Amino acid sequence: MADLSVETTNSLSMNVDRTGALKRFATTDAIFRSLTRICAISVLVILGAIMVSLLEGSWLALGTFGIDFVFDESWNPVTVKFGALAPIYGTIMTSFLAMLLAVPLGLGIAIFLTELCPPIIRRPIGIAIELLAGIPSIIYGIWGLFVFAPFLQKHVQPFLIATFADVPVLNGLFAGPPYGIGMLTASLILVIMILPFIVAITRDVFETVPTVLRESAYGLGCTTWEVTRNVVLPYTRVGVIGGCMLALGRALGETMAVTFVIGNAHRISESILAPGTTISATIANEFAEAVGDVYFSSLIALGFLLFLITFIVLAFARYMLLRLERQAGN
Amino acid sequence: MATELRNMRLYRRRSRRNAIYMGLSLASAAIGLSWLALILGTLVINGISGLSLSVFTEMTPPPGGTGGLANAIVGSLIMTGLAVLIGTPIGTLAGTYMAEYGRYDKLTPVIRFINDILLSAPSIVIGLFIYEIVVARMGHFSGLAGALALAVIVLPVVVRTTEDMLLLVPNTLREAAAALGTPTWYIIAKVAYRAARAGIITGVLLAVARITGETAPLLFTALNNQFWSADLLAPMPSLPVVIFQFALSPYENWRDLAWTGALLITFAVLTLSVLARVLSSKSGGER
Repeated sequence: MADLSVETTNSLSMNVDRTGALKRFATTDAIFRSLTRICAISVLVILGAIMVSLLEGSWLALGTFGIDFVFDESWNPVTVKFGALAPIYGTIMTSFLAMLLAVPLGLGIAIFLTELCPPIIRRPIGIAIELLAGIPSIIYGIWGLFVFAPFLQKHVQPFLIATFADVPVLNGLFAGPPYGIGMLTASLILVIMILPFIVAITRDVFETVPTVLRESAYGLGCTTWEVTRNVVLPYTRVGVIGGCMLALGRALGETMAVTFVIGNAHRISESILAPGTTISATIANEFAEAVGDVYFSSLIALGFLLFLITFIVLAFARYMLLRLERQAGN
Repeated sequence: MATELRNMRLYRRRSRRNAIYMGLSLASAAIGLSWLALILGTLVINGISGLSLSVFTEMTPPPGGTGGLANAIVGSLIMTGLAVLIGTPIGTLAGTYMAEYGRYDKLTPVIRFINDILLSAPSIVIGLFIYEIVVARMGHFSGLAGALALAVIVLPVVVRTTEDMLLLVPNTLREAAAALGTPTWYIIAKVAYRAARAGIITGVLLAVARITGETAPLLFTALNNQFWSADLLAPMPSLPVVIFQFALSPYENWRDLAWTGALLITFAVLTLSVLARVLSSKSGGER
């Protein structure tokens, strides 16, 4: 009897409360929904704000030098004449050289991991590479400065200079005294930095190849290389390109690893052994010491250019990876 | 007979070619892995000699003097902590919108695309951005600006993992809760978040690992400080910036400390990544 009475009062009060509770639920829901929406939109706002603030900061430099800013090599704080050509050249050249070496190496390692590696050590190596992809770039920079650059200066660069001294084009590329630091050193440091990155992505991409495709090719008597060349690579081409572009975006924007070993010289040398500079290295080296509005604004304009370049590369990369995803979905 | 011979030759050529390319693949793996091992090896050898208790208890020394990295370590911890405190809630909520409320919203793919770009945007550009909107307006460098710059780096990592992890939560769980009359926010908080918790924490750990070694965005936001500083509105030292400054200096004792600092950072980053990995594999096992 007592139980029944409790139940009736309960259900009665619930009936009374129901409209109120529903309303409360709806309000909380609306609040939470708009809160999450605002946060999601803040991502867009941040990217927009980066664009706008950099453009605003570089307005003075772009206004003073106009389009010449991009095509002028001089960088002179004394005469207040700034041009971004040398850093742009350095950025693109170091990244290009790095990709030239890192892509074949990375693909090789990815092929090793997916096709050749005994299953027992596949996981440990894969994990090791993913962990290495997370090591901060300043570590690579400090190693490059203290260990790698002196090594190159003593053993590799004199050899390169001597070997190619009589070869027409290459003697220009490998000319000059062995500084140790310079474009080549920066590129090689970039290689080792983006390598884990390329391997991790291409390996993931290779693993999207349906086992059936691979096995049927093996079943026809294909060798491992033929399976890789004619089945795996064509199937994953889009993803591999996307992954490499992503690595390129990283190489282009890389600051610390490069700043240590590039030499920070504002000139374009034919020789890749000569010191140079990149956009990010210039900003990192000179920003805290920049005197004068135009100098300052020029550095921010460099940052703006870097952002534009990487934005385009990264957008392309994401587009390619998206295409692969859709393909895999089908 | 002739065809057989030709077949044999073709077969030999193919297997030779296979051997060459597989040899190259093996060689690249050997080169890449030993190169990376070499870097880590040098780092440990050079860093471990300077490792002592004074590294954690004493201030950064003047050139030639003795000292440690205590102020830099504390500065790094403060800024990292603050960056996570700012970046994580915003990132988690943004990821929630993309995976829950706005899953079929036309805005979501756009945000995902932009977020992915932000994820790999050059960190030095983010430093410039914070310089423009915070440091230039405040008129001086500050730890707060450094933390904000790091928060901008944390944000996309958290957004990405939160969305991915929430999308992995089976819809049947949500439907079961909805069938009981549960409002959406309650489903998200009590069902989706719980199921995705390990994954979201993994994302935060990865974000921390990422900002632990970030130098470029701190160079002109937090700057550096020779002394102890817990004042968020004053320039604040951080481990990566101290390493940068010390490594490029001509002083022997500074360089040694830079190596030690580099070892500490690497160790911290690797620990965080391993922790994140263990956590995510555990949650994978539960599922």
